[in-house]
Amino acid sequence: MFVSDTMLKINDLCAKVEDKEILRQLNLEVKPGEIHAIMGPNGAGKSTLGNVLSGRPGYEATAGHVEFKGQDLLDMDPEIRAREGLFLAFQYPVEIPGVSNMELLKASVDARRAHAGLEEYSAIEFMKMAREACKTVNLDQSFLKRGVNEGFSGGEKKRNEIMQMMLLEPSLCILDETDSGLDIDALQVVASGVNAMRSADRSFIVVTHYQRLLDYIVPDYVHVLANGRIVKSGDKSLALELEAKGYSWLENEAV
Amino acid sequence: MSEFQSHALVLAQQSTGLPWLNEAKQACADQWQTEKWPTRKTEAWRYTSLQSLESTLWTLPSDAALDALPDELMALDAIRVVFVNGHFSSQFSSELPASLTLFSQASDAEQQAILAKFNQVAKVEKHLFSQLNTAALGEGVFLNLRANQRLEKPVYVVHIHTGSGASDYVGSRLLLSLETSAEAVVIEHFVTLSDASPMFNAVTEVDLGENAKLKHYRISMESEQALHLGSVHAALHANSQLTGFTLATGSRLKRIDYHVRHLGSGADLDLQGIYLPKYNQRVDYHTNVEHCVPHCTTNEVFRGVISDTAKAVFNGRIHIHQDAQKTLAEMSNRNLLTSNRAEINTKPELEIYADDVKCAHGATISQLNDESLFYLVSRGISEAEARVMLSFGFVNELVENIAIDEIKEWLRPRMAKAFGQSDDVVRHLIHDESID
Ligand SMILES: Nc1ncnc2c1ncn2[C@@H]1O[C@H](COP(=O)(O)OP(=O)(O)O)[C@@H](O)[C@H]1O
Ligand SMILES: [Mg+2]
Repeated sequence: MFVSDTMLKINDLCAKVEDKEILRQLNLEVKPGEIHAIMGPNGAGKSTLGNVLSGRPGYEATAGHVEFKGQDLLDMDPEIRAREGLFLAFQYPVEIPGVSNMELLKASVDARRAHAGLEEYSAIEFMKMAREACKTVNLDQSFLKRGVNEGFSGGEKKRNEIMQMMLLEPSLCILDETDSGLDIDALQVVASGVNAMRSADRSFIVVTHYQRLLDYIVPDYVHVLANGRIVKSGDKSLALELEAKGYSWLENEAV
Repeated sequence: MSEFQSHALVLAQQSTGLPWLNEAKQACADQWQTEKWPTRKTEAWRYTSLQSLESTLWTLPSDAALDALPDELMALDAIRVVFVNGHFSSQFSSELPASLTLFSQASDAEQQAILAKFNQVAKVEKHLFSQLNTAALGEGVFLNLRANQRLEKPVYVVHIHTGSGASDYVGSRLLLSLETSAEAVVIEHFVTLSDASPMFNAVTEVDLGENAKLKHYRISMESEQALHLGSVHAALHANSQLTGFTLATGSRLKRIDYHVRHLGSGADLDLQGIYLPKYNQRVDYHTNVEHCVPHCTTNEVFRGVISDTAKAVFNGRIHIHQDAQKTLAEMSNRNLLTSNRAEINTKPELEIYADDVKCAHGATISQLNDESLFYLVSRGISEAEARVMLSFGFVNELVENIAIDEIKEWLRPRMAKAFGQSDDVVRHLIHDESID
């Protein structure tokens, strides 16, 4: 298999939502095995970035280029992006009553494996894996039978996202404020899930408001996204500085 | 009398069996002739045209042989009562217990028992096609459970149409009488084995005595060309309980009426329905629940998924009479339109003449939720499969509520097929049970 030396390469990406320009010439490069944290004020465009990368309808890339494992990402349909290994843990996971978690998991993992030319897991094999994943994120097994996120608490929804991520074994994981609203225990569950998945050929983009998460998931780089672009990059110490000083000094810089 | 009405009387003339029912048959034939034929201006038929029925000269099909029971049937440990083109098939039916009687084989005493119940629950004067059903009746089934009697197995009544007849009229009557504290499970299943276009006219009468309990399932999944005019009439006496489930895929014309009357305090109705018309199909459900006495409960839930250019009608009426204090009644109708050209006419009606009751009703019409769709697609699931999953999910809850696992397991894959043609898009729904 062709292994690119970049996981994700974003060049001068511009994107619109409902005719409003949100991303303005954003640049970012993520290499395999790296963890990048993205921080920034509300409304800066962090979720928009995740949405554009995952191909959400309504989030339109108007200029620039995105390369994912050597391929033109923006050219792919959203389900193909997922099958190629891009995963977005949503900031606000939707509830889908009537569709069970297990159905969703099996259908998505089957799709990803078929795309890679791999054999499907048998129902029994997969059930075992799913139960194991439940344990890791500290969700009761009964969650597998329940409707997707239906009636889950905020923390349970976030852990459910991590469970999906574990079973899908993506190459690039984008976590959009997965830590927001979690207590320390739940945060540790999420972080250990992520850390257990760290590997040389997998990368993470972790969007967060809180430096706290980065004590558990230690990033290689920290970026500040403001006004639709990366305005500052540094190492993990930047997160501490941001927590102390806020973003206003950087926002001014960016305009 | 319209031309169709007079043509249809041929059916009554052809149906010469059951002479002991002649009086009732003749009365209905007479009434049928005097009924004003519905038009689009007739409220009860406003959204459903009878045109596809009117253009045919219907005749009674002759008995047809079957080599084997179709695979399509449920694998149930049940008392099977099989009809082929309206004729009883002793070959494929179980040995009938004493409590089950075919009209054509009824003894004098049984005839008297049937006559005492026949068209008593069904208000035929309000149901046009029940009049035709009676006038043209050639066969029926009578379940007569005495006090405290309980059938060990469900009764599985199967109506099969086979052959290429384009004008086959298949009438049927099921008369269920449960005396005090009797209990039964009855499944009615309508099946067609070809693309022929028969008309089913199926009437079910249910008389529940005090504290009696009936679970009744009515599955109507005939071919697209089939017509189905059907009705279920039920009378609920004190503390009796009717748990009803009905499912209809669409066809050229499908109209199913439920008329349930609470006649004794403490009676309880739980009625769940699913309709799934697609392409250019039609389904029309009319339900009418009357609370005549105090302290009864109704929980009615209907959900529909309407695709392509299909049309559905849900007209749900709950009528709470003046004496029916302390009624608890809820009715909900939710519809999912999966295409811009699909159509639903939903009309929940509550008529309340008592002042101390708790009633609620609601109807919603929605489309597939974009966010849910994207959530699934963002996990690598194709959009086609995601649509099927969401459509199925919309009615899944009602399927999950079914108390009998064999029915649930039989339904799941077949309902999934109603949403998606190719195995690719339905396989995860079909296999879901196996990974429990
Ligand atoms: N679906 C949408 N419709 C309209 N505006 C949107 C939508 N999504 C994002 N925006 C706008 O884009 C900007 C960036 O939002 P977002 O990417 O969610 O920011 P962040 O995640 O950094 O808080 C905000 O001004 C927001 O109002
Ligand atoms: Mg956000």
